[in-house]
Amino acid sequence: MGENISTREAYGRALVEFGNNEKIYVFDADLKKCTMTTYFADKYPERFFNIGIAEANMVDVAAGFATCGATALVHTFAIFAAGRVYDQVRNDVAYPGLNVKVIGSHAGLTVGEDGATHQCIEDISLMRTIPGMTVIVPCDSNEVRLATKAMLEYEGPCYFRTGRPAVECVTDTFEDYKFEIGKGVQLTDGKDVTIIACGLMVQEALKAGKLLEKEGIRARVIDMHTIKPIDRDIIIRAAKETGAIVTAEEHNIIGGLGAAVSEVVVATENVPVEFVGVEDVFGHSAAPKVLLEKYGLTPENIAEKAKRAIARK
Amino acid sequence: MNSNKKKELELWAARIRKTALQTIQTAGSGHIGGSFSLGEILSVLYFDKMNIDPADPRKADRDRLVLSKGHCSPALYAALALRGFFPVEHLSTFRQIDSDLSGHVEIHVPGVDMSAGSLGQGLSVAVGMAMYSKASGTGNRAFCILGDGEIQEGQVWEAAMCAGFYKTDNLIAFVDNNKLQLDGSLEEVMSPYPIGEKFKAFGWNVLEVDGHDVEQIADAVELAKVVKGKPTVIVADTVKGKGVSLFENNVDFHGGQPKTDEWPVCFAELDAKIAELEG
Repeated sequence: MGENISTREAYGRALVEFGNNEKIYVFDADLKKCTMTTYFADKYPERFFNIGIAEANMVDVAAGFATCGATALVHTFAIFAAGRVYDQVRNDVAYPGLNVKVIGSHAGLTVGEDGATHQCIEDISLMRTIPGMTVIVPCDSNEVRLATKAMLEYEGPCYFRTGRPAVECVTDTFEDYKFEIGKGVQLTDGKDVTIIACGLMVQEALKAGKLLEKEGIRARVIDMHTIKPIDRDIIIRAAKETGAIVTAEEHNIIGGLGAAVSEVVVATENVPVEFVGVEDVFGHSAAPKVLLEKYGLTPENIAEKAKRAIARK
Repeated sequence: MNSNKKKELELWAARIRKTALQTIQTAGSGHIGGSFSLGEILSVLYFDKMNIDPADPRKADRDRLVLSKGHCSPALYAALALRGFFPVEHLSTFRQIDSDLSGHVEIHVPGVDMSAGSLGQGLSVAVGMAMYSKASGTGNRAFCILGDGEIQEGQVWEAAMCAGFYKTDNLIAFVDNNKLQLDGSLEEVMSPYPIGEKFKAFGWNVLEVDGHDVEQIADAVELAKVVKGKPTVIVADTVKGKGVSLFENNVDFHGGQPKTDEWPVCFAELDAKIAELEG
């Protein structure tokens, strides 16, 4: 059974587990105790570099390593990884197609009390719009472990999103679960509606499925851990077979998972889509759970939106 | 440096300028001023000091160079073509749709070690290359060429701090101090002076040279190579547009082009210099 720990903690452990490779170099910007690269730093100090509070320099130093054949991993909060150094990631990582992995931790509202300046709700959108970027948003410790391994084996630029709070491990309770970049995972089956979620909203989607079940509505739940390249087949199949979709993400409803799914749906099986996410507003200081409720990132809201999507069939 | 070597490197500098100008003329656009101030620096690096092999452009232990002022691609592409990394004729495709020779330098071009374009980022990349060389034991050097206007970007100083901290003594950076930027002189727009003292404060070895004197440039590189525990910056005093009277110290030729009737005059001046050095 996977542990109920944060995705950043799970990532830090996975990096040590799969980091015994002399090509791998790890960089942090004075946040190793938060991004959890501290475990790697302790185990492999010769392949860890703290660059200090200088994220732009960190990304480009890593790019320099990657030009020489290294697998270079940079770590900072998502707000800095996707926002502050967008130019460096776009021009010096993605454009030259370098093997640099950008790990953005403390993403979304659930960074909590630190407040809106640190609550990145735009990173999925910003990163997926860059040509050639792979965007991975794992939901729990089991998935993080497998996603980290897959990311390290994948050659090319990648954005990997982790979160601050402990989350329930759910994926390992599904017998045929397996992780592959670009392949969504159908966790439960249903014929009335499909809930497509990423990150910690996967757990909420499963709870929403149970709420709907009580009302006689059978929901299919898909864990869409890779936002780019998006799994078109699983979306098209869901649209055809269930006729309605609701997306759920800890991100602005603009540009993220909901947009990625819609881009597929409107061009193929054009069924109703509803969105659960942050409704284009900034966050606020509060406990993570309070924030999720305040901004509607709840099983109840997912269930409501699911019913609305069904009504629009 | 013996006089033959000196003459040879001066000749390559002159040829780099002429080839760069032909490239720009064919394309109909390109940055003349900042390309021309680099003639001697590129000549010394690519025809004397760097460990590179045109027959094996990606060899693992080669010296790297990041042209952080990536808009001066005509000069670097000319140097690489003349050095044999790709045919000189290929330069006629510069800035064209099916060519790998984009307006700003591209990593996919043989001999180019990193793409650049957004200013202020290349020094960080070169620091990374130098750190990798030390960490992995490849033992090569990393070179970087910065514009003087470019060092107005804050990231340059993040990189300077980092190189000093990690003691990358296998890193040699040039500042092409041609004193002009797009909107005017550095003094008018935003003075970054004094340059050397700033790098020194971050733990760098600082050398100052006449950036159009191949002997001084070559000597500075040799001095930099033996310094232990510190990266070196060579602040090169240069003339923007060097080598053609019309271009020299003329801010209009940062990105601007000569008029139709001015082209022959420009080439005549460059040809005369080449003839003088060949003779």
